[in-house]
Amino acid sequence: MAYTKRFDGRKADQMREVEAKVGVVPRADGSAMFKFGDTIAIAAVYGPRHLHPQFLQDPQQGIIRCSYDMISFSVTERKRPGPARRSQEISDVTARSLEPVLLLSQFPNTVIDVFINIVQADAGTRCAGINAASLALAHAGIPMTDLVGAISVGSLGGSVVVDLTKEEEDYEEDGEKAATDIPMAFTLRDKKISLLQLDGKVKPEDLKKAIEAGRKASEAIYEIQKEALRGLK
Amino acid sequence: MEIAEITKQRIKAHLAKGMRFDGRTPMQYRPITIETGVSKKAEGSAKVRIGETEVWAGVKLGTSIPFGDSPKSGTLMVTAEFSPMASEKFERGPPSIESIELARIVDRGIRESDLIDLDKLCIKEGEKVWCVFVDIYPINDAGNLADAAALAAIVAIKTAVFPEYKNDKINFGVFTDKHLPLGEYVPFTMTFHKIGDQLIVDPTVQEGEASEAHLTISVSSSKKGEFVHAMQKAKDITMSVEEVNSIIDHAVKEFKVIQKAFEDATK
Repeated sequence: MAYTKRFDGRKADQMREVEAKVGVVPRADGSAMFKFGDTIAIAAVYGPRHLHPQFLQDPQQGIIRCSYDMISFSVTERKRPGPARRSQEISDVTARSLEPVLLLSQFPNTVIDVFINIVQADAGTRCAGINAASLALAHAGIPMTDLVGAISVGSLGGSVVVDLTKEEEDYEEDGEKAATDIPMAFTLRDKKISLLQLDGKVKPEDLKKAIEAGRKASEAIYEIQKEALRGLK
Repeated sequence: MEIAEITKQRIKAHLAKGMRFDGRTPMQYRPITIETGVSKKAEGSAKVRIGETEVWAGVKLGTSIPFGDSPKSGTLMVTAEFSPMASEKFERGPPSIESIELARIVDRGIRESDLIDLDKLCIKEGEKVWCVFVDIYPINDAGNLADAAALAAIVAIKTAVFPEYKNDKINFGVFTDKHLPLGEYVPFTMTFHKIGDQLIVDPTVQEGEASEAHLTISVSSSKKGEFVHAMQKAKDITMSVEEVNSIIDHAVKEFKVIQKAFEDATK
């Protein structure tokens, strides 16, 4: 039995309703909100600014630090406030996914801090976070060579679908987990991969299809990000 | 960055003439807007904006073993997480003393006014009671987080509903239309700041930094009149008895602006 009809009736290559907006945290140097359906991320950027502790400073270039966190009531069962192993790992892969497009050599010894809060979660939170962060960095006027667009692609019982919901992430066939979640990010002009993770069980040829589906979806994200930034000075 | 001494002096000089930089009167709040149901996953949630200050609060329910000295009462926990998102002044790491103090002030206003009737949150005496978690997240700090946080908390509580409870466990994500049991007093929290000889409410960031001392006060109003449920004086400048008396008088008069915002949002 294959997963041919999606739970919410979307086409295989169709994302949920996407919304992007910049300037949602006026006190920050740059900020943005990014929404995939019921998944909502807010990102705020501070910097480049002085980096403490001093031993972290790099005299060749600035560094980017991300803090990803889910607020306690963003999920159905309360999440304990504060960082955990999961959020620390996601913070790190988020920073690594954004770093390639930043011209950090212009800001030696400094840090660019990116804070991401997931305020409502329905799968794909790290991707929404990266999209919000990419916009927030641009909104902060940080010199960048490109934008970054992230999307989670899934292989459900062998069918490749983009932008999984929580219900799809938990998809089962014959009582067994049958969903593979593959979050990925692309530099949007260059079309290079800056984030790639996978957990599940997928055939190599399906994985290749999934990456191609992600690349296509990232083109749509690029348009949405450009639109959100239009009109900024 | 701390504001310059000269700015503090100008704020003080203006206030001595009853004026503020943004044209408000000393006891005037910036516009207050409230959205409810901001997270579909929460039992209750609210986003409060006072001017550019934005705070989210959410209510989640769980169950636990009651405390030994109150085997029939549900529990309440209020936390505040000062995410460094909201201000360049907040640091990453364990909760700061400011965020703990804020959570405790909000907690006391809610607890001491019996806004939530915890005695009605018993599932099985001595074994299982509901616990109410109220979590507060500042998103943008443009001054006066305390009043925005307290308001967001009471709106989230007022709008909260129980999740489905079946076969001794919570069916998370499925909501009933049954609201939390509430008492007759709603605590409206205001913070009064002393700058020079003047008192103001709802400071901007600059005014907050020029503030020499502040007093947070939670007031309720009912058929039985007004009551004060919680107070907290902060910062290291003293206040005279007359100043405190004047704050109490102001509080029982001025809380209506917060009450109105609350009632409009939870109608």
